[in-house]
Amino acid sequence: MTRDHLDSLLTAALRSPERLPALDDAGWDLLLRQAGAANLLAILSCLLEERGLLDRIVPAAREQLAWARVLACRHRQGVLWEVRLIRQALAGLDVPLILLKGAAYTVAGLPPAQGRLFSDIDVLVPEERIGEAEAALMLAGWAGTHHDAYDQRYYREWMHELPPMRHLRRSSMIDVHHAILPKTAALRPDPALLRAAAIPVAGTPGLHVLAPADMVLHSAVHLFSDGEFNNGLRDLFDIHRLLCHFGTDRRFWAELVPRARRLELERPLFYALRYGVMLLDTPVPETVRNELSGPSPALLALMDALFRRVLVPDHASCGDRFSPVARFLLYLRGNWLRMPPLLLARHLFHKAFLSPRKSGPEAA
Amino acid sequence: MTTVGSLTRAQLGEHLAGPGIHLRTGRFTTLLRSPIASVADGIHLLYGDYPLREGFADFHLDLVRPVTLRRWLRPQVTLLYDGRSMFKPLPLDQAFPMFEWGLNWCVSSRANRYLIVHAAVVEKAGRAVILPAPPGSGKSTLCAALVGRGGWRLLSDELTLLRLDDGMLHPLPRPISLKNASIGVIREYVPGSVMSRAVTDTVKGTVAHLRAPADSVARAGEAALPAWVVFPRFEAGAAVTAEPMPRADTFMQLAQNCFNYSLLGAEGFTALADLVERSQGYRFRYGVLDEALAFFDSLP
Repeated sequence: MTRDHLDSLLTAALRSPERLPALDDAGWDLLLRQAGAANLLAILSCLLEERGLLDRIVPAAREQLAWARVLACRHRQGVLWEVRLIRQALAGLDVPLILLKGAAYTVAGLPPAQGRLFSDIDVLVPEERIGEAEAALMLAGWAGTHHDAYDQRYYREWMHELPPMRHLRRSSMIDVHHAILPKTAALRPDPALLRAAAIPVAGTPGLHVLAPADMVLHSAVHLFSDGEFNNGLRDLFDIHRLLCHFGTDRRFWAELVPRARRLELERPLFYALRYGVMLLDTPVPETVRNELSGPSPALLALMDALFRRVLVPDHASCGDRFSPVARFLLYLRGNWLRMPPLLLARHLFHKAFLSPRKSGPEAA
Repeated sequence: MTTVGSLTRAQLGEHLAGPGIHLRTGRFTTLLRSPIASVADGIHLLYGDYPLREGFADFHLDLVRPVTLRRWLRPQVTLLYDGRSMFKPLPLDQAFPMFEWGLNWCVSSRANRYLIVHAAVVEKAGRAVILPAPPGSGKSTLCAALVGRGGWRLLSDELTLLRLDDGMLHPLPRPISLKNASIGVIREYVPGSVMSRAVTDTVKGTVAHLRAPADSVARAGEAALPAWVVFPRFEAGAAVTAEPMPRADTFMQLAQNCFNYSLLGAEGFTALADLVERSQGYRFRYGVLDEALAFFDSLP
């Protein structure tokens, strides 16, 4: 695979951390700034530590990575603590509590959790129990945000989650989901299938995470159906690490594509594998890649041009003059995938012209 | 090694407006860029003794004038951290103080291998006094007097850096930030003091920065052992009183003045407990600088 001007120093570092001891002061200066912009500083530090390379890099860089590690350690403690309190709050409900994404990686001790920072904890509960879950969380001190009537309707009628809830004292954020894609989206993976396959976390009764294939598929649909790519490279690296980890088991690869078909998530999986291989050298068996069909060659060329520009650190040293256009087009695409055109037009109109007129920060 | 002082004011201005300078303060290197004259003036006046070091920078700061219509009516300055705006713009006149505050923010929000206390810290014969204080308690004034006339070495006026691995205090000598009445007081009290132009109407009132002693800057690599924690309070006309504090009180009050105490968790607790174990705390009230300096010289 040829690497061109869109390849970043950081992506190269994630592909082959063993080359980092050769990097000089100026190289580290740039790499650390790209990693900071991509929210990958502590992750980079963990990669070097896993390979026993931390002592062989320039001292000034080692110091900065150590600064980032302190944050990541504290973050991990905080997440485990919050998860404990969420479990307590929802204990009376008698529904299995399923954690998604960052919090799931952390409690299950999966490789993407190493050094990863995230802003909220995502949980999945059955739609018919979501009211009870909301009430139980409110009793435990979490309060809903987005009090504007339009936003309430947006979340409760169209979305796959409650408006985000924030704890009154600790300010921790929790997203309560009943599905992994909005009700208005074209793709509708059945949440009952995900819940049925969820697996318990060893040592913590009542806590579950998605099955390996589902976890990869959720991560892929989240990255490739969304319109915001501030953490795009980090999310792609999550998928890369999940695939490296689960992929040592041949059964995982045998189940992945059939599962994607069952959940209507073939296309996001196609993109996740394609860009994982292209940017991070993710080890994906050729047979698995051939099983998946992508878009037409013309559309694929366009998607390559767009995704390659947003799956780099959000830093001045990365991308080219078309990058802002790519970000904008993928933002539109993200919204397009979430809602049918007419509803989307209404929603964007409301957000652009009606919401800003209301007073108060919640309206925006 | 090249220092800022090896450049003329014109050369410094060109560097700052162009590729920037790698300014070394204590163990931190900042790549600073700014086309604004008052920033170059401030650096030229106060940072002459500081080394310039190429290659790697811990922080990348730009002070620029935002491109908005306001620039013709009320010119502003904004601080960019590696290209990103982190704070609201300030009036252009406050560009140099904004650099000082911005650099404090960089250190206090990033350098998590230190327990960082919002406190001045000065040293004599290898032993250091930490002077924590909320704004307005007369901490900077006292610090300026101690290093300007009392023969103490400046470690820092704002950020006390406690190394987590060995419990030593790490210097970060930078200009001392004086506010309002203390600007005049120190100009009188410390002969030959060099100060930046006083900037009015900042959030802290009128602000001027006092140049750090050359000897303190030269010894920025020498750590010091914590020995005393003095909580100062200025009261006009008051006689000096120094009330020894119980260790638990010293600990709690220091913790309240830390930027990253809870972030560091158990490591922060242990480091702070060790520091308090080794140091004597005082609640200190003073009204006259001469008397205050005499007290510091009498510390056992």
